[in-house]
Amino acid sequence: MTNKKVVIKTGRKVASAKAFNFTAEMVDSANPVLGSYRAEAWSAFEQTPMPTIQDEAWRRTDLREMPLDRFRIPEAGAHNDLPPVPDELLKPIVDADAHGGQVTLLPGGSEISLDPELAAKGVVFTDFKTAEKEHPELLQKLIGNIVRAEDGKFAALAAALSQNGVLLYVPRNVQVEAPLHSVLWGPGADLAHFSHVIVQIEAGASATYVHEVASPTESLDAHTLYAGLVEINVADGANLRFVELQSWGDHVWNFSHERASVGRDANLDWIFGAIGSRLTKNFSDLDLIGRGAEGRMSGFYFADGTQHLDHDTQQNHLVPNTSSDLLFKGALKDKSRSVWQGMIHVAPGAQKTDGYQANRNLILSEEARADSIPGLEISADDVRCTHGATIGKIDPEPLFYLRSRGIPQEDAERLVVEGFFDPIMQRIPFEGVRKRFQQAIKDKLD
Amino acid sequence: MANLSVKNLHVSIEENEILKGLDLEIKGGEIHAIMGPNGTGKSTLAYSLMGHPAYDIVDGQVLFDGEDLLEMGPDERSRAGLFLAFQYPVSIPGVTVANFLRTAVNARRRAENPDDKGISILEFRKMLKEKMDLLKMDHAFAGRYLNEGFSGGEKKRAEILQMATLQPKIAILDETDSGLDIDALRIVSDGVNALAGPEMGVLVITHYQRLLNYIKPDYVHIMFDGRIVESGGPELALKLEEEGYDWIREKYEAVAA
Repeated sequence: MTNKKVVIKTGRKVASAKAFNFTAEMVDSANPVLGSYRAEAWSAFEQTPMPTIQDEAWRRTDLREMPLDRFRIPEAGAHNDLPPVPDELLKPIVDADAHGGQVTLLPGGSEISLDPELAAKGVVFTDFKTAEKEHPELLQKLIGNIVRAEDGKFAALAAALSQNGVLLYVPRNVQVEAPLHSVLWGPGADLAHFSHVIVQIEAGASATYVHEVASPTESLDAHTLYAGLVEINVADGANLRFVELQSWGDHVWNFSHERASVGRDANLDWIFGAIGSRLTKNFSDLDLIGRGAEGRMSGFYFADGTQHLDHDTQQNHLVPNTSSDLLFKGALKDKSRSVWQGMIHVAPGAQKTDGYQANRNLILSEEARADSIPGLEISADDVRCTHGATIGKIDPEPLFYLRSRGIPQEDAERLVVEGFFDPIMQRIPFEGVRKRFQQAIKDKLD
Repeated sequence: MANLSVKNLHVSIEENEILKGLDLEIKGGEIHAIMGPNGTGKSTLAYSLMGHPAYDIVDGQVLFDGEDLLEMGPDERSRAGLFLAFQYPVSIPGVTVANFLRTAVNARRRAENPDDKGISILEFRKMLKEKMDLLKMDHAFAGRYLNEGFSGGEKKRAEILQMATLQPKIAILDETDSGLDIDALRIVSDGVNALAGPEMGVLVITHYQRLLNYIKPDYVHIMFDGRIVESGGPELALKLEEEGYDWIREKYEAVAA
C-alpha cells in the first residue's frame, strides 16, 4: 500500500482561537452533592494545558482550527427553542418491544423513565439532577472513581461543567433483561454540551445499555463543542453489554474520555458506532482488574466529507488470566480521515493474558486517509497477544463480478462495503443497532 | 429467440491486441463450443462480451437481440439476459450467497419496475432451495460468504447456481470444467443441460474436449490468435481430441505471422 503525500502550502491563516470563554463562575461548586468534585475538576482543567500535536496522543489530531471562544453553555430550558429530538432516536433500537428505561438529556433539561419493576429491585437509571436529590450518596460515591479529571484537558472540562449526566446502577445479582437506553441530544450552533455517564453493575448483576449522542448538522460555519465522560464499573461476576452510538452533526467538535473497569470473572461487551462529528478524539480504556475478566471492544466508523475521527484505545491486562478482543472497522470517503491508535498493555505478572486487537480500514476515495497504529506493551512472559492493522481500497474485480450479475454499480459498492463491515455486525446483538449501522452505510454512500 | 451476434470484434488490453476480428453468432436453443490453445483470446472474448473495464473494444459490433451490447454496462448486459460463468470467480467477504442472489434478483425486478418492493424472503428461499437441489448443493451453502473459502468445485457450482437463478438468454461458460473432478463435472454439466433448452443459448469455452462429453455442442469453433479459424459440428472437437492443436498451429500460424 502506497501512501501518497501531497503538501500544499497556502496562505490561509489558522483561525486559531484565543481561549475558552468558560470561567470558574460557571462551575456549580455550590452543589451540595457534586460541588467539591466539580471545583477540583475545574482546577485540574486550569492546570492542564491545551493538547497540541506535540503531545503523543494528539499527534494526528490538530485542534488549532477550533474556535475556542465561540462556545457557550446553553441556559436552563434552552432546548425549548432548539430542534426537538427526532422520534426515530427514541424508538426502541433493540429487539425488545420497549426499553426497560430511557433517559433523554437535552440542552438545559431532561426526561426520564424507568420500568417500576426495575426501580423496585433497586435499579437506578436516571439523570444526575434527579440522582442528586434521590441518590446523593450513591452519586457521590461513584463519581470520579474510574475516570479522573486529570486524565486530560477535556476530561477535566467535562467533569467540571457537565451539569447533567446519566447514572445507571444495578444492585447485586439483579438481572436487567430489557435494554436501557439514553440519548444526549445536542442541537444548536456555538454551544458547549457536556455530559457524564456513570455505570455501576454490582457483583453478579447484568444489564444491557445503549447510549447515544446525536444532533442535527447546523450550517457550515457553525461550531459546537461536546466533551463527555463515561465511567463504567463491572464488578465481580457481573455482565454488561454497552452500545455507544455517536451521530453528531458535522459541525461538532467531539471529545470523550471513557474507561471501563472489569472485575473477577466479569464480562464487558462494548460496542462503538461513530458516524458523526467534525472532529472526534475519543479515549476508550479497558481495565481488566480481576482474574477471569473478559472485555470485547467492537468499533464501527464511517467518515465522509472532511470528517476527522480519532479513536485511541487501550486494553490493560492488570492481573493474570484476563482476555480482551478488539476489532475496529472503518470506511472512509471523500477527504475524511481516521486515526486508530491502540495499545495492549500487559502488566508485570499478568500471566496467561489473551489479548487481541485488529483495525481494518476501507478507503473509498483517493483523498481519504486512515492511520492505524497498533501497539503492544508486554511485561509478562506467558501471554498470547496478537494484533493486526490493514488499510485497503475497494477492489474493482468484486465490483465487476457483482455488476455482471445485474447489480448496478452503487448497489455493488454498497454490498462490498456492507460485507466489509459484516464481522462487526456479527458482534452486535441487536437487529435495531445493526439496522442503524446499515442505514448509516446507505446514507454515507449516497 | 435470443440472438448474440459478434462481428469483426477487435479487443486490446493495454494496447496489446488480443482479439483480431472475431465473428460469432449464437441463438437461443443452440450450444456452441469454442476451443483453442491457451493464449488465443478465449477468456478475453468472454470478459469483453460481459463488459470488463480492462478490455478496450477497438473495433467491431456486438448485437444482443438487436441492441448494441457494447453500449451497455456489465449490469445492463446481465439484465438484458447475458451471463458469464467465470473461470476464476472472486470472493466477496461478508456477503452471503443468499444476500447476493437476492440483490441480483431484485436488481432485475427493479430495472423492470422502479417501484418493485423486491422478492419476498419466503418466495426467494423457496426458489433458491429448488435451484440448490437441482445442483445437489447443501442448503447451508446459501449462508456462506460468496466464494470465500469455496473449493474449486464449489465455486463452479455456485456459478451454475447463479445461472439457474438469473435464467439468462445466453450463457457463456468460461473454462467451467477446470479444477473439477469427475463427479463435480457431472453435476455441473447436468445442471447446465437441465437449464439449456429453447429458451437459452450456451457458449462453452474450453481447452479440453472432456466437458463436451457431458454438454453436447451443436457447433464447435476453433479459436486461434484472436480469431475463429474453423467452425463445424461435434466432430471437430473429436478431431482436436485425437490430433491436438498442432495442425491448427501449422495451418494458421503462417497466416497470423
